This record gives sequence, structure tokens and C-alpha cells, in this order.
Amino acid sequence: MKSSTTLDPVLQKLPKAKRRRSFSKRDRLTLGIFIGIPTFLHVALVWFPAAATIYLSFTYWTGIHIGDIQWAGLANYENIFFNTPIFWDALRVNVVWLIWFGAIATPLGILLAYQIDREIRGSKFYQAAYYLPVVLSLAVIGVIWNFLLRPDGLVNGLLGLEISEAVSFFGDDRYNIWVILTMASWRHIGYIMLLYLAGLKAVDASLREAASIDGATEWQSFRKVVFPTMKPVNVIVIVITIIESLRAFDLIYIIYGSSGGLPILGVLVFQNIAGEGASMKGAAYAVILFLLSIVPIIAYLRAQFKEDMK
Amino acid sequence: MSVTEGKFENKAERKLSKEQERLKKVKDAQKVKDRIISVFIGFFAIAWLFPIVWTFYSSLRPYKEIRAGGVLSFPKVLNFDNYTSAISRMELPTYFFNTALITLPAVFLILLLGSLMAFVVTRYSFRANVALLLLFTAGNLLPPQLVFIPVFKMYLALGDLVGDRRFLYDSPLGVILIHVAFQMGFATFVLSSYMKTIPKEISESALVDGASVFTHFFRVMLPLLRPPLASLGVLMTTWIYNDFFWALVLMSTDSKRPITSALGRLTGEFVTDYNLLAAGAMIAALPTMVVFFVLRKQFVSGLTLGATKG
Repeated sequence: MKSSTTLDPVLQKLPKAKRRRSFSKRDRLTLGIFIGIPTFLHVALVWFPAAATIYLSFTYWTGIHIGDIQWAGLANYENIFFNTPIFWDALRVNVVWLIWFGAIATPLGILLAYQIDREIRGSKFYQAAYYLPVVLSLAVIGVIWNFLLRPDGLVNGLLGLEISEAVSFFGDDRYNIWVILTMASWRHIGYIMLLYLAGLKAVDASLREAASIDGATEWQSFRKVVFPTMKPVNVIVIVITIIESLRAFDLIYIIYGSSGGLPILGVLVFQNIAGEGASMKGAAYAVILFLLSIVPIIAYLRAQFKEDMK
Repeated sequence: MSVTEGKFENKAERKLSKEQERLKKVKDAQKVKDRIISVFIGFFAIAWLFPIVWTFYSSLRPYKEIRAGGVLSFPKVLNFDNYTSAISRMELPTYFFNTALITLPAVFLILLLGSLMAFVVTRYSFRANVALLLLFTAGNLLPPQLVFIPVFKMYLALGDLVGDRRFLYDSPLGVILIHVAFQMGFATFVLSSYMKTIPKEISESALVDGASVFTHFFRVMLPLLRPPLASLGVLMTTWIYNDFFWALVLMSTDSKRPITSALGRLTGEFVTDYNLLAAGAMIAALPTMVVFFVLRKQFVSGLTLGATKG
């Protein structure tokens, strides 16, 4: 701090061109290493493999010798779209997931944030309570919910059902998707709440107060005053909602293993890229998953890099 | 003179008190509303915590008792026996050690490389800066499934090259590297938005003093980055601790897996003693819960650093 104050007048007197000095050899090397190592690692383990997967999705390959790769054109995709009915089942589950998150879970998270932000009594405790599930590993969440929903778990116990006639919440097609969505929302709502709460802290509190003094209803002041000022957070919340719905994997895997009791894209990809079922059809699945999430990714990047692009 | 003045004041006062009355009414109505909302949110907060509390309660009871009397039976025995036997029978210390072996180096490298990258991108004006930042941020958003097949093959090939098949595949090193490659993107993005808020003069004075790039980073910038590094560190630790996709697909030896991936397998193995499993899950959740309660401020600001720019 001291040096900057004494040097400031000197700096201002220097013409701009002279202020930027040329780099010494050692500095150039340092800069090269500073950018080089992270960039190499990132490109080698993220972008290069991503590009390779896109290429492989157009080939047949057993995955052993590079020389065995054969061009397949769109065959893998045709196989998925026309000969794999489970793909459409999975896609439907993902769409239901997205609608549930978009119409119920995310709005509930926002509503919670909006109420808790007014520092109602006990808001610190509420914040912690709703957020706690988010820090838990999905493996732990699987065990916790199993405790409630097993054949000899609490819910069946409360319903007064013996093990022999217990409702199989994870096995029965009538219930399983809703049970899974409840579990997923248990986490998602807290996550959205926290993100939104942080955004709301940045909104000038006097704005809201002024609106309420002027006789605006809660809904009016949210829609007309708060929501428009929250645009950056809104974009992030929407992106997270879409990406999480499309990529849902961990929770289903934890409950059903790789057998997949509930078809969903994330698990289909997993079945086809890892273990014995691995084939380049798996690569095609991964590319489809990527293409589905490309719109929210671009929306996110555009929101974040708006100023830099100018 | 004094009479008219007094009248005037009186009028103004009356007007003011009317206004105050109206405000008070608005505020009182708001207070009642807040109380109702608070009760409502509080009710749900307790429902939110219930699954965790129930699992904890169950972990204190022997499974025998539930088998005999059902889940709703009145507890005769409440103790930590399940915990001690979970630690020894599930070999939890081994898995905790595995987790530490992956998480600690990964977080260290993410913070170091992410801050190097952010430093160069924000402090030196190269033409490729925005492009690099975009590359890193976008890479972080790609689905992990998209990169898996080539990464897996590369790990095996590199292993053959150095003469040890398990050099990267089925080794902590491989899992660390993929975490670093992915999460570095997020760290770079967050740290660069933070660095943009640090005045340029600080860098300029360092340059005028003749500091090398190396000194400029380690002596001048790095100490200023402490707050975002603390937040990011907490957030990354929880993420990597909770991840199980990479440990699942890039490791084949069970005894090398981190605790969250191991819990999935233990679920199958200890299905006959579910209360023991509950104790195991509670122990596995303990570190993230402690982090959450002790370092909540860092955790929350880490999450929102990326969400609300600047």
C-alpha cells in the first residue's frame, strides 16, 4: 500500500506506452509455465477427450486397438433413435424431471429465499435446515431415504403394512419416478434457495420497503421490483435447473445400481460407456446428452461474458 | 405571528402523524403476515430435517429390535454400538484415508493452477485472454460422460507407456488429475472475476518496482486472494469429497475407493443390518456437515462467488 501511494504520481506522469514494459526472458518463461500447465491439463483431459468422443460416436470400435476403428456414419445414432425404445422412455423421464424441477422445485426454492430474506424470525435456522441436504453426498442420501421407504421402513410402518404386503416405493412403476423426484427436490430446493438468497442480499432493501409502503402486494413487489433486478441470478438458476434435470445420474445409480430401475439418460450413457456394455453407441449417447445441454451452457456463457465480448 | 406559526406546525404535525399511522398499520399487517409465514416455513424446515434425524435415531438402535418390534416400537436400547462396529467392520478408516489422498492434493492443485491462470488472464493483456477464460469456463460445464471413454483409454495407454498399468487407471493420481482438469475451469472463472475487482495500481506499482512475474504473483497477488481461495477451497473439498462418478469409473479396486463410492458397495453388503449401515452413512456425512456448520460463511460465499459475478 505504501509503495503504491508514493508511486502514483510517478505512474501518472509516465506516458502509457512506457508503462507497459517488455518482458525479460525469465518472465516470459514464467508466464509460459503459468498458462501452459493449466491449459495443457485442461485441454488434454477435457477438450481433447470431448472431441474424441464426438468423433468416436460416428465409428464402430471395440475399444482395444486404435487400428480397429471403423467409420460407421450415423449408424450409432440411427440405432439409438429407431431401434432402442428405452432411449425414448429415458428421454420422457428426463422431460418429466425437467418439468417438475422447472414448475415446482425451482419456484419453491425461490419462494423460500424470498421469504427467508426478510429476516423473519428463525431465518438463520431455516436457512441451515433447508441447505443441509445439499452438503450430503448422494450415497448418504440414498441410505437416508431408504430408511423411510424400505419395505420395513417408516412409511410402510406408518401405513401399517407388513413386509409381505409393503409398498415397494422404488420398485413399483406407479410410484418410483415421484419418489425419486421428491428425493431430488429435497436437495435441489435448498440449492436454489441459497443461490437466490445470495442474489437477494444484493438487492437494495429500501426498494422493497418502498414498494410495500406504496401499497404494492407481495406478488407485485416481487414481480415488478425484485425479479427484474435479479437477472444474472435468474439465468444461473434456469441453467442449473436444466442441466441438473438432463444429467441426473448419481441418485438413480445409488438406488438401482447400473441395472437402472428407472430409465434415464445419465444412466443409459453410463451403461453404454463403462464396464461390459461399452460400445461406441455409448459415445453417441454421451454426445446426445451434450447436445441437449448445449443451449443452457451457451446461455450461461453469454450472460457471464457479456462485457468481455464487447 | 406565533399563533399562526403554531397552527401551521400543528397542521404539519397532524399530517405527519397520519402518515405515521398509515405506515404503522402497514408494518403491523406485515408483522402478522411474517409470523404466519415464519410458522409455515418452520414447519417445513422440521419436515426437511426429519429424514436425517430419523436415520440418526435409527442408527442408535440395534437392528434386532426393529426386526422384533417393527420401526415404530419404543426404543429399549439407544447407544453408539452401531458406530463402533461400523468403523471396524466396514473398514471406514481405510476409506477415509483414500478420500483424503484424493481430495487434499486435488483441492491444492485446483486452487494453485486456477489462481495462476486467473492471474495471467486478468493482469496481463494478451489477445487470447478472453478466449482462454471462455475455454476454461465452458470446459467446466461439459458433461463428465462426454469425456470418459477417451480419458479411460488414455490412462491405460499412458500406464502401458510407463510400464505400470495402474499408474493412472485405478490409482488416486488419475482421479486427482481429472478433478483438477475439470474444476480448474470453475476456479479460474471465480478467481478471475475476483481479481478484476483488485485495483490495477497494485500490480502497476509492483511492476515499476521491478518485480518479476514470479514475485508479482506470489508476493503481491496471492496474499490478496485469501478470501476467495478460502471459499473455493471449502466448496471444492465438499464437491470432491461427495463425488463418486470418477472414483467409480476410474477405479476398479474396492479398497482404493474413497468413502462415498465405497458406501454404495457397502449398501449391498450390509443390507442385512441396515442400522449398521445408517451409522456408516452418518459417519461418512460427518466431515461435510462439520464443514458446513463451522465454515458456513465460506461455503456459501464460495458457491455464490461463481453465481453472482463480482
